Amino acid sequence: MTTLLMDPAPLVRAHDAGALAPRAEFPLLAADPALVYLDSAATAQKPRAVLDAMRAYYETANANPHRGAYRLSAAATEAYAAARARVARFCGLADADCLVFVRGTTEAMNLAAGSWGRAHVGPGDEVVVTAMDHHAAFVTWQQLARERGAAFRIAELTADGRVDEDHFASLLSERTRVVAFPHVSNALGTVNPVARLAGLARERSGGRALVVCDGAQGVPHMAVGFDALAAAGVDLYAFSGHKVGGPMGVGALLGRRAVLEAMPPWQFGGDMISRVGDEETTWNALPHKFEAGTPNVGDAVGLAAAVEWLDALGADRVLAHERALAARALDALGALPGLTLYGPGAESRSGVVSFSVEGVHPHDLATILDERGVCIRAGHHCAQPLMRRLGVPATARASFWAYTTPEDVDALVDGVRAAQRLFGVGG
Amino acid sequence: MAETDVRGAAAPAAPNAPGGAAGSDARLAAIYQDIILDHYRRPRGKGALDAPDLAAERRNPLCGDEISLQLALDGDVVHEARFTGQGCSISQASASMLTQAVRGKTRAEAEALVRRFVALAHGDAEAAADPAMKEMRALQGVARFPARIRCATLAWGALDDALKGEG
Repeated sequence: MTTLLMDPAPLVRAHDAGALAPRAEFPLLAADPALVYLDSAATAQKPRAVLDAMRAYYETANANPHRGAYRLSAAATEAYAAARARVARFCGLADADCLVFVRGTTEAMNLAAGSWGRAHVGPGDEVVVTAMDHHAAFVTWQQLARERGAAFRIAELTADGRVDEDHFASLLSERTRVVAFPHVSNALGTVNPVARLAGLARERSGGRALVVCDGAQGVPHMAVGFDALAAAGVDLYAFSGHKVGGPMGVGALLGRRAVLEAMPPWQFGGDMISRVGDEETTWNALPHKFEAGTPNVGDAVGLAAAVEWLDALGADRVLAHERALAARALDALGALPGLTLYGPGAESRSGVVSFSVEGVHPHDLATILDERGVCIRAGHHCAQPLMRRLGVPATARASFWAYTTPEDVDALVDGVRAAQRLFGVGG
Repeated sequence: MAETDVRGAAAPAAPNAPGGAAGSDARLAAIYQDIILDHYRRPRGKGALDAPDLAAERRNPLCGDEISLQLALDGDVVHEARFTGQGCSISQASASMLTQAVRGKTRAEAEALVRRFVALAHGDAEAAADPAMKEMRALQGVARFPARIRCATLAWGALDDALKGEG
């Protein structure tokens, strides 16, 4: 090894100017200047502030919360409560007790189905989802419907990848007990009119349906304003921390108080009880009723740091930044021969661009791009019902976030051209 | 370029090393050889048999690739193999080569071929040097792409299932 090789001599990325947040704030990206990370819809890279906050928690405040009489446990309890309050504020939820920490969106959906669903859905009832739901929601509600003997209905999409609101409305009735839809499609990037869909669901079901919004692809890109959505008809809203720049393993379920209070516990154990008798047990208050066992304080602290960071950046600027990148990608990719682009125009989507290249399988494309340092997702994106409707087994998906630059998008487009050359397609 | 020169050809360059484009192109050329692209574009043995003696299907849930394999036997010997399915160039080319390679083999020989191919896809030097592996040796490049090994072995898993009657 020569000193020449040891010298990091960072490749200068002249294009940081095109990012909303500088790469220097993300240790993984800063360490690999040539890396073009276009899979943020799968998981986001972490700002240094998040890693620092988690480290500080473990180095100064770690203890089991809600248990010890000693000061350190009180510090952990306080850190956990402060994290909850911070995340709730970011999400526009005034009543922080109505934010339940979970492992992520998938667990939140299972909680909603396992608790509310088992208690309220039965034979003759109907459960409505959309054809763009992620498996986390789709499969969870599908299985709940099967288990409870309820009908499972799927709202179809328009040709440009939006929820067909006429069809959606036609599925709703007083038999409808659950309506689930994503805030933003993870596979297409479509930003759904949440308030309108929720309002339709509430109105047409006569207020009998639980309205659940999968916000995994919403929270990372915009200020959500849960209380306003709840007023429009959303009962539960879920997201994953790791897509917001927080750590893997923490997420949140937000709910209207009346709904959460009427839901039975989902998991049993420590922390979630009030009084345990030999024969019967009473439950702790919200949010603890749904948080059995030692809570994941360290990751909650990390998530709070992530939303703090995002707030400082300007959460609503993220979506605008991504839309500009999506427009650039759609224009450049759309100009190539043999490209099929899925989803609506850039003005209606987040920073997700799903596409296929005639003659080049998405998996091959991802390998070729990977060799150029460009990370994209190839596959069904946990949305097989959607892939079937698109008539493809898989698509290639590039997804952007605050650190993505126009040059990153150009690297994607160059890579697609290179793949076409290698496969001898596209003229 | 200095980086690759000093490290020598044996050490793979970091995927995103500055100046790694030449190494990257070489690795891509190694995996996407003409013979593989040819099998991908003009698959051999594609289709279904009217009355298969053995059959099996394998899917890769990660990428959605699927291979349905059918065999016709003449006594203990595979006299015809066909596949249907869809997927990436690696999975389809591998299935295409399989249908040619397995023809004329006894069931025991076909099972040995499965083991040999799986070893090849995982970078086994002996398997890669085996002339009996013929054009399948072109697929040895996947060993350097861990995410793609399962693409190459998908059809062979189906063959293994079919031979064991687990289809």
